[in-house]
Amino acid sequence: MPTAALPTKIEVQNLNVFYRAEKKAETQALKDVALEIRDREVLALIGPSGCGKSTFLRVLNRMNDTVPGARVEGRVLLEGEDVLAKGYDVVGLRRRVGMVFQRPQPFPKSIFDNVAFGVRAHGLTDKNEIVRRVESALGRAALWDEVKDRLEASALSLSGGQAQRLCIARALAVEPEVLLMDEPTSALDPIATARLEELIHELRADLTIVIVTHSMQQAARVSQRTGFFYMGNLIEVGPTKQMFTRPRENKTEDYISGRFG
Amino acid sequence: MNRKIRDTALVVATALAALVVVAMLAVILLDVVRSGASAISWTFLTQPPSGGMQSGGVGPAIFGTAALTILMTVAVVPVGVVTAIWLTEYAAPDSRLARYVRLAVSNLAGVPSIVFGLFGLGFFVQTLGRGVDKVAFGGVVTYGKPGLIWAALTLAILTMPVVIVATEEALRAVPRDLRDASLALGATKFQTTFYVVVPQAMGGILTSAILAVSRGAGEVAPILFTGAAYFLAELPTHLNDQFMNLGYHVYVLATQSPDVDKTRPQLYGTVLVLLLLTFLLNLLAVVIRVRARRASSIARA
Repeated sequence: MPTAALPTKIEVQNLNVFYRAEKKAETQALKDVALEIRDREVLALIGPSGCGKSTFLRVLNRMNDTVPGARVEGRVLLEGEDVLAKGYDVVGLRRRVGMVFQRPQPFPKSIFDNVAFGVRAHGLTDKNEIVRRVESALGRAALWDEVKDRLEASALSLSGGQAQRLCIARALAVEPEVLLMDEPTSALDPIATARLEELIHELRADLTIVIVTHSMQQAARVSQRTGFFYMGNLIEVGPTKQMFTRPRENKTEDYISGRFG
Repeated sequence: MNRKIRDTALVVATALAALVVVAMLAVILLDVVRSGASAISWTFLTQPPSGGMQSGGVGPAIFGTAALTILMTVAVVPVGVVTAIWLTEYAAPDSRLARYVRLAVSNLAGVPSIVFGLFGLGFFVQTLGRGVDKVAFGGVVTYGKPGLIWAALTLAILTMPVVIVATEEALRAVPRDLRDASLALGATKFQTTFYVVVPQAMGGILTSAILAVSRGAGEVAPILFTGAAYFLAELPTHLNDQFMNLGYHVYVLATQSPDVDKTRPQLYGTVLVLLLLTFLLNLLAVVIRVRARRASSIARA
């Protein structure tokens, strides 16, 4: 695997995240995490519930800003620029670093308008260009054939798997450089899951993907490298094959062999 | 055995209590419909009162009530909805200002309506109105007297809490995931609020407007000093004209008539029209709410 040759896309340094629920003591969700995400790789993040992997993901495009009582320390360098810096253009960041959530959240609009939403929000008004972007995004998300005849139908009429691919198409239409996926298949059936994993393989050609997953098999199938989080610490990160055959840390081994978690 | 008797007694007592409520409503409705239905005619609905209020109709009062309610809605909905949007979408959860605004809203909801009437007289008519006269009309009394616009604004303040609270509820019902999905696409807070959150909450927002209308349409006290007229054959044509109003007309017919017995059919007819109007508005609110709920349950499935 030529993964070592890939340049760095995002570099995370000394990342600490704290949450404060109303009037309670602050709890630390991430402890001094350092991690490098390479250009056009699929990085899987695994670990038991509450280990901080989703928090980590949400820091990368500052979605954590919307969580009340969250405090973030450290540096997240996107091509060398610290996205956590004061005054950083968060809206611009999210256009470069897209996100797909656990449960598909189609807007109660038509399929076309869903995919066009981000593009329009960014101020694109050229109709032909919007149509081109929507069609290409639906194609890349492997949804085009299923919806090309009913683009004006409500997005709420789609099945779970289709809705999730719509959400991916919606994210792709903005033409991001990085796509963050937070357990994207946890609400899908096995067939829809398989399609989505296939899609991740194809998207890797021109995207960096970070995927949080509960399924170790999924991590093994889709990723080149895997990171293991446990209780807010990044225990280990390395080539996926090595993680699942010869992990360096005992905790990793215990987790992937099913001794806890 | 003793326990069983107590159980039965409780069932009977609660059923009786419920029955009392239903019975009272039924008595009121029956009485009003029985005595009022015969008064209703095309003449009654369109003509002004005549013959010492013993004949004619309530046309100007219907028109006045409608104009008043529409103006009130135009004033209260934008301000109330924007306030609710600020409270739920923009104000920080621990914001002191938001806390004061909420406190003000809930206190406003508890103020007796006659106090709103006095406030409207003091603030709108005597202060704002006279100010306008001084600045724009060289001191000639134009807006510095009770009129449609001041009554509508007074009612708008009275119904403001209804709009704010109902809109806040509708906005809060929009799932956070939907906001996140929009923000994660690089939409701004403003775009997320107005293109995703507000459309999703539209049913609830419309309901809030109708609740305000049905609350405001029947109020009399706030418009007593701010614009309602005892009798006007002419319909109001300007914002500063006085107007007739169904609720106020009921009061007039019941207490100011020289011969109460002879005005009674008119009185019942007016009450029936007012009740029908309020009933229709409430029905509209229910229909909209049901449709909005259906739309959002599809969104969840």
